[in-house]
Amino acid sequence: MTNAADPVQGTHRRLQRFTPVERFSRWLVLLLVVSAIVVSTRHVQIIPEFLYDAPEQMLDLLQRLWPPDLSYYQIGVHEALVETLHIASLGTILALILALPVALFSARNITSNPVLQVLAKFILVSSRSVNSLVWALLFVAIFGPGTLAGVLAIAFRSVGFVGKLLGEALEEANMGTIEALSATGAPRLSILLKGYWPQVKPALWSIALFRWDINVRESAVLGLVGAGGIGVALNNALNTFYWDKVSTVLLSIFAVVIIAELVVTEIRKRII
Amino acid sequence: MTPSSTSAAKRDPFPVNWWTRALWAVALAYVVYAFGLLDLNWDRMVAGMGHGGDMLARMVPPNFSRWSLLLEGMLESLEIAVLASAVGILLSLPIGFLAARNMMPPWITWPARALIAICRSFHPVIVAIIFVKAVGFGALAGILALIVASIGFIAKLFAEAIEEISLKQVEAVRATGASFGNVIIFSVVPQVLARFVGFATYQIDSNLRNSTMVGIVGAGGIGGTLFSAFQRFDYDFVAAILISLIAVIMAGEYLSIWVKEVFK
Repeated sequence: MTNAADPVQGTHRRLQRFTPVERFSRWLVLLLVVSAIVVSTRHVQIIPEFLYDAPEQMLDLLQRLWPPDLSYYQIGVHEALVETLHIASLGTILALILALPVALFSARNITSNPVLQVLAKFILVSSRSVNSLVWALLFVAIFGPGTLAGVLAIAFRSVGFVGKLLGEALEEANMGTIEALSATGAPRLSILLKGYWPQVKPALWSIALFRWDINVRESAVLGLVGAGGIGVALNNALNTFYWDKVSTVLLSIFAVVIIAELVVTEIRKRII
Repeated sequence: MTPSSTSAAKRDPFPVNWWTRALWAVALAYVVYAFGLLDLNWDRMVAGMGHGGDMLARMVPPNFSRWSLLLEGMLESLEIAVLASAVGILLSLPIGFLAARNMMPPWITWPARALIAICRSFHPVIVAIIFVKAVGFGALAGILALIVASIGFIAKLFAEAIEEISLKQVEAVRATGASFGNVIIFSVVPQVLARFVGFATYQIDSNLRNSTMVGIVGAGGIGGTLFSAFQRFDYDFVAAILISLIAVIMAGEYLSIWVKEVFK
């Protein structure tokens, strides 16, 4: 009889957006995050004495950085800056060349051989897991200090990034076109060139531009470990405590990075 | 059989695009020119291969005998990454919001955008150098450097995410007479939360990678240990550090995939 008295009651249940498992996982993530922060705060070694005079030290640093010694640009910065751009560009181009076969092997709709797929995944993951500075350390140890180590470091770090994104773009390609081409009896190379290539072309250029932008930033630090570019100039200025030269180097890095970003945005607007 | 239809049938289905060809030629010329600058010759390649083989031979087997040093550095790197991500994300939220052009007037978005641009321009290792000077060697400099990097990345993407939201919901909530805070909580946050979790996990990942590197300039973590092992040619210890680094980073990657699944 209650139903008749209150017709709404049967439908009046509590609506919940998430299942209990979902809610539990969300709380678990939150708990993990909070406990990680608490444990880190208690365990991390921060010397409080250093913290007390930080504002003073910061002010002192700013005074030393200003005014920048702009005459140093002609002497020590310009050439290194151009070298940095070469490292970034050449590294990106080399990465594109190296990433192409890896991406083809990692795309499940192109390569059906599981051994090749696992190999490609391994190359992609290990390339991305090792920081470009570590790659630079390795190549400096192999080829000696210089631009070559920098180019190889940038290229090896970028292969994972470019290969992964290009592989995903290949997997997302529209299979209708590919089927139509293979129905005409086109050989595999033609399918790749006339079927896949036009479909992934915009993605590839966008990935290449994006990575080049990142590489300009990354190649600026490689010199700290001796792999050429503006980082060498920065390291020299730092080691001799010429802070006014340091600020010149920092300003020129800032300018180049901003210009690179503007160029990339402009190209993206025009062609993609 | 009009002449136009035959000419259409005869038209080359894949016409030559001279612009593209010219661009390819320029790219090729650049590669040739830039390779010339590399001072790459056969002797150097052969010597390099020899050094590389030598190094690989000395890396095997990896030497874990100094595991306590390794563990200490690794823990410090993790702590740097956790604290920098926590503070960095907290700070990025208001900064990103202030930089969103559909929420704030231009005189607020411009300074916010300039701050983000400055934070983004410098590699964390360069920022770490500055902070090592300011607060001395150790983990604090690393944490501060990675906070700067996090603001540069998350605040920018967060601002873009807010700019892309649908204003209809904002208007609807505002029409109910909700306060400014309620408008944010009930109309903006639900639209950007999932993307925001994506950015945050990506940044935690990236902070983890970079926290292992800031040690190279003395800002704490495993990087310092790695750098000095390289300089002392302790390649077996280098191999041990690299293996642990890759293991930690991959574990972090799986963790972030799981977190993204949870908040989908």
